[in-house]
Amino acid sequence: MQIYLPIAEVSVNAFLLLGLGGIVGVLSGMFGVGGGFLMTPLLFFIGIPPAVAVATEANQIVASSFSGVLAHLKRKTVDLRMGTVLLLGGLIGAAVGVQIFAALTAIGQVDLLVKLCYVVFLGIIGGLMFFESLRAIRRARRPAGSVPLPRRHRGWIHALPLKMRFRTSGLYISVIPPLVVGVFVGVLAAIMGVGGGFIMVPAMIYLLGMPTKVVVGTSLFQIIFVTGFATLMHATTTYTVDMVLAVLLLVGGVIGAQIGAAIGVKLKAEQLRILLSIMVLMVCGKLALDLLLTPDELYVIVFDGAGH
Amino acid sequence: MSLCALVALLAGSAQAERVVAGLSQEAIAITTNFAGSEILIYGAVQRAAPPPGSAPLEVIVTVQGPSQPVTIRRKERRFGIWVNADASLIDAAPSFYAVSTTAPLAQALSQTEDLRHRITLDQAIRAVGTGRVDQPLFNAALIRIRSQDGAYQLNEGAVRFREDTLFDTAIRLPANLTEGDYLTRIILTRGGAVVDLHEQIIPVRKVGLERWIYTLAHERPLIYGILSLVIAIAAGWMASAVFRYIRS
Repeated sequence: MQIYLPIAEVSVNAFLLLGLGGIVGVLSGMFGVGGGFLMTPLLFFIGIPPAVAVATEANQIVASSFSGVLAHLKRKTVDLRMGTVLLLGGLIGAAVGVQIFAALTAIGQVDLLVKLCYVVFLGIIGGLMFFESLRAIRRARRPAGSVPLPRRHRGWIHALPLKMRFRTSGLYISVIPPLVVGVFVGVLAAIMGVGGGFIMVPAMIYLLGMPTKVVVGTSLFQIIFVTGFATLMHATTTYTVDMVLAVLLLVGGVIGAQIGAAIGVKLKAEQLRILLSIMVLMVCGKLALDLLLTPDELYVIVFDGAGH
Repeated sequence: MSLCALVALLAGSAQAERVVAGLSQEAIAITTNFAGSEILIYGAVQRAAPPPGSAPLEVIVTVQGPSQPVTIRRKERRFGIWVNADASLIDAAPSFYAVSTTAPLAQALSQTEDLRHRITLDQAIRAVGTGRVDQPLFNAALIRIRSQDGAYQLNEGAVRFREDTLFDTAIRLPANLTEGDYLTRIILTRGGAVVDLHEQIIPVRKVGLERWIYTLAHERPLIYGILSLVIAIAAGWMASAVFRYIRS
């Protein structure tokens, strides 16, 4: 069934969009990532103008994250206090990021930088997570009691002032590290046009030492607000949010997110992490190949008049 | 426009051969399930006297969508990776352009007549003052990319004569059509020279829900943005509620 999208001004298959939304929704619910880093390139691929794809994707992530958060809230796996601290940093970061983005656009080559950002960050994070979770799985297979797990205490992080108790995460740490993580993710999210879950999740696990189960819900919680803010910005400045496209994607997305959240609780934390890392590495590889291989068509029509 | 029509009319009456034409659709409405359209163009040649000379009569039909400025970038390998390097801003390129003819275009139309009436695609793309020596490469790339999408079409031999003086053709409009006025021209040529020309505008407009969403997005962007968020939140909540109900 073909549907004409009023803002994107292209006609697409409705079931294809529902399916894409569903698949990305499952991943979102499982891993606590918004799925933007997967969905946005997929939308480019089916012929949605890039500006519309980025803006509409932000709107869709709001829906799938909200659906996911509700599922996690019920299981009490959302650290609202930590989420609020991260969000505070995230909004500051997003405001800074928008300025950086505008400056880069003025120089040109912004899309190259965005792609390089993706390759570098996805590569580093995917690689680190992959090897860490591989080690964790090997450790778990060893007979019990052979090597006691050393509890990693980050001395300098615990020495920082402004300590706060995060009961859900079982942490008593300074608010400075989560705030800094939030700002950093906010900057990247604004530049790369994504919710930032794929950076946030590993940062919470490895930098803040939060338990994996809590990380997913908390990440989704702050993504709602960051992407909601982005949707409003896009709608009022570039008029590129396509409501029809968003509805089609989010119907699939919210259902997928519920299924994903259900699958997520059945998997072990290490398995969850290794799957996410494999996915991140695959997207990274695809983007790297795009930059390295000789493209079929050397010319691209950049501004197609669809952006208005 | 009226002056043009007048000139065409005068030229037609002076040359004793005129074209009378009609379209299957007066206007095209873009609805939610719009998946492209086809317009049927038919016409007849009116003669006041027996056909002059031995050169055969040819018909050229063009349909042109609204023009927009377009930037084309060329990728180049730098430090091992492919980056956008040179760019060319084309002042105006039609979003859609179809040319259908009864015979190969080179045979149906002389170059001077093409320059005068801007009939071929090369004439429709305006890229003056870009200052690039390799501008033709960029133009060729634009035509190549848009031809693949079906936005630019050259259908030689697609216009058929039914009788001696009756002709028809069908032009396929792709699904990703831009709003605007589409100019349809039916051109009669003999020996490469334009004998008569008929012009008609087909308005292409979004209607119903498409129209409403588009207008809201552009005239009340804040409300539109908030509405988008409300829909997203409501959908997220509903999915969650439905699944909770299923599980319990």
